[in-house]
Amino acid sequence: MTSTKKDPVLVVLQLSGGNDALNTLVPHGNPKYYDNRPNVRVPEDQVLKLNDSVGLNPNMAPVKNLYDQGKVAIIQGVGYPNPNRSHFRSMDIWHTCEPDSQGTEGWLGRTIKEIDPNKENVLTAVNFGRGLPRALAAPGVPVASVGNLATYGVLTGIEGEDQRADALDVFSRIYSPTLGRSMVVDYLSQTGMDALKGADILSTAPENYSSTVEYGSDVLGQYMKNIAQVHLAGFGTRILYTTAPYNSFDTHAGELAAHAKLWTDTSNAIADFYDDLSQHNASDNVLLLVFTEFGRRVQDNGSGTDHGSGGMAFLIGDHVNGGLYGEYPSLDADKLLEGDLHFNNDFRGIYTTILEDWMEMDAKPIVNGGFEKLAFV
Amino acid sequence: MAEKDIALMAHLMRRAGFGATYEELERRVSEGYGATVDELLNPEGQPDLDMDIMERHFIDMREMNALEVNQAYWTYRMINTKRPLQEKVALFWHGILCTGNSKCEHGRQIQLQLDMFRESGMKTFPEILRGLARDPAMVFYLDNCMSHKGAINENWGRELLELFAMGVGMDDEANYSEDDVKGAARAFTGWTITNPIPRYPYGRYESNFIFNPYDHDNEDKTFLGETGNFNGDDIIDIICKQPSAARFVARHLYNFFVADEAEVPAWQRTAPRDPKAIKMLEDEYFKSGYSIGAMLKVLFNSDFFKNAQFEKVKSPAEVVIGTMRLVRDFTSPKVGLNPLANNIRYMGQDLMNPPTVEGWHTGKEWIDSGTLVERINFAADQVGNTGLPGVKDIVSRMESENITNPEGLVDRCLEMVGGYYLADETRGQLVEHAQKGGNVTPGTEAYSIRVSEILQLIVATQEYQFA
Repeated sequence: MTSTKKDPVLVVLQLSGGNDALNTLVPHGNPKYYDNRPNVRVPEDQVLKLNDSVGLNPNMAPVKNLYDQGKVAIIQGVGYPNPNRSHFRSMDIWHTCEPDSQGTEGWLGRTIKEIDPNKENVLTAVNFGRGLPRALAAPGVPVASVGNLATYGVLTGIEGEDQRADALDVFSRIYSPTLGRSMVVDYLSQTGMDALKGADILSTAPENYSSTVEYGSDVLGQYMKNIAQVHLAGFGTRILYTTAPYNSFDTHAGELAAHAKLWTDTSNAIADFYDDLSQHNASDNVLLLVFTEFGRRVQDNGSGTDHGSGGMAFLIGDHVNGGLYGEYPSLDADKLLEGDLHFNNDFRGIYTTILEDWMEMDAKPIVNGGFEKLAFV
Repeated sequence: MAEKDIALMAHLMRRAGFGATYEELERRVSEGYGATVDELLNPEGQPDLDMDIMERHFIDMREMNALEVNQAYWTYRMINTKRPLQEKVALFWHGILCTGNSKCEHGRQIQLQLDMFRESGMKTFPEILRGLARDPAMVFYLDNCMSHKGAINENWGRELLELFAMGVGMDDEANYSEDDVKGAARAFTGWTITNPIPRYPYGRYESNFIFNPYDHDNEDKTFLGETGNFNGDDIIDIICKQPSAARFVARHLYNFFVADEAEVPAWQRTAPRDPKAIKMLEDEYFKSGYSIGAMLKVLFNSDFFKNAQFEKVKSPAEVVIGTMRLVRDFTSPKVGLNPLANNIRYMGQDLMNPPTVEGWHTGKEWIDSGTLVERINFAADQVGNTGLPGVKDIVSRMESENITNPEGLVDRCLEMVGGYYLADETRGQLVEHAQKGGNVTPGTEAYSIRVSEILQLIVATQEYQFA
């Protein structure tokens, strides 16, 4: 249980496309890894070793550094029964916690409803990226979805500051609630005003931010910077979410070069974000979850890897009990599931731990059942 | 030409298509409302789009696997089609007879299903269901290929009854029992698909429907009170003669083309918004031998339709396509089509990848603070671009009519966007805003800027979110 007095904040970083767990947490002590990966492999001498059997990808030095400080929990063998190897479906399962039927409500959407049932804060949750991930979706739950924090707002295409200010003025009067119109129009008006209010507040975040940390210019670096800006601005935001570019981790071909670049950017973004928060004394109430929809096939295909199962997740923060959790799935041929790693940790156990031991709320109705917790916070 | 005729034609074209420019509305009004309905209902009378040209611009369209490519292709079709109702009907069925990319071996397969909806979407309901039951995307999506003699998988059989043809119930009664689900599933055993050609090294190819007589249950089944050695087509025929099928089709047509209804799962206990309209459509269903086209003809010519202007929240596809048809951009293939199509997803409608087999929740549920901002900014960016042909047309038309005073500008812009009228307070705000700049002179840059500013505010109103 966390002892922080500030409200706990959850930041989620989604690695879309299916991150290759085997080349992220490399089982360098296992010859079967090298047998199965004649081409798409990390040589043993390059692995950033955590112990005699596993180590991190050489492009993850910034994460290794946080790990050495005890701030990183690595969850091995994450998945769910009957793995689905479709990006969309598997991501849906992670988002909705419904592996057997298709659900529409996201686990974080339900979480937001719990945190802010009366919708008192239009910025309880903020997503960075265009379009709302299903994880955050639930009927009647407002979530600001920000494509670009610097230019976020209503009627942003109107050139000229005065013209835009004029237009926004008209907009706010048009959307002010009036009597005698239909329920749907009232709902639209309220939603428009919420959007305007959220945008107004959010626009102050970059203005009041200063930092010595220089984030990378890649999309993820910029979104992690935006998340830091919003967190530091103190708007009472409890959930912040962003996604690595659409399906970027889907390394069917040319994996070694692509994966190296992906993890260089991602590790830098994570470490810069953490530094930024610590420098501002604002890291102690933040927990970062990094996840992906599935792992990849044990055997490489010559230049990349195809969709598999048995992935991994990271939890990073001051209050994280650093270390390895769960077991590394076996690479023995008879222990594989159709050529893929077998999961031994249900992802809903990770969610349950986050919700109960970090966010301090009841997880069962949110993750649809009881799941074994891990001791990472 | 009376503006109320233009407004009514604009209403028809928004519902039976994706909107039309003012010039097109004028032309159609002079041809007549009834003649326009007939033209829409007979798409073969208009040329199909020449889509071969797309492959030259977008090589991905050769394989048509990726979801984004399929979405771009469909977006282009919806913008440019000369057969708007055909495309709208495909969108209608896609939202009900759902398959999704999340469970699909090859993206093109869903595009082929849409072709089927284009081809037969206005024919009879049993024809549509027979096509659907044999559609490889559907057979895979709802696991009928996993349903075997002696070991049925009920997924397809259940959804056929619940979501595709009857609904769980009506007038507070259930429409079918669990035994009917099993009977239906048994009748469809052996309706399966061929294994696809291996992806390596040949690339992706679509599957084909195949009937496997050795895996078909040839015993008697009881279904909705009838007993016999039924196959899938028999089940469809029995379904289509039920009052519940008439109600199901009528309510869906009403919800999509006329006015937002309660969400589908509530239909068992929630009476239709307009029972008389539903009764008219149900009667036509039986009278015409289950013809969707005949029902649509009754619908578009009815008073209940004509009186339902702006009674529906636009779907994201309607916002994006309607706005593009207004500004007349992407009338030929060009770079930027994929990003344009993405806007529909940003607004909450991931075409060809609905959230579940239930499709999208429609009406007010399209709107949240994120999607509303996407809608407003998208439309305002388009009409704010005075270089686009459709915006230029509006400007030059208003210049030729020598409209210079603020009030006149606002009112004429509203007509040009498609017979929109605003709440008095809202119109007052727009006029007041236009008055700040005083009168403008036709032929000047200030004129086109003023017009586009007014258009931007119009598309930012609540009213523009309604079709």
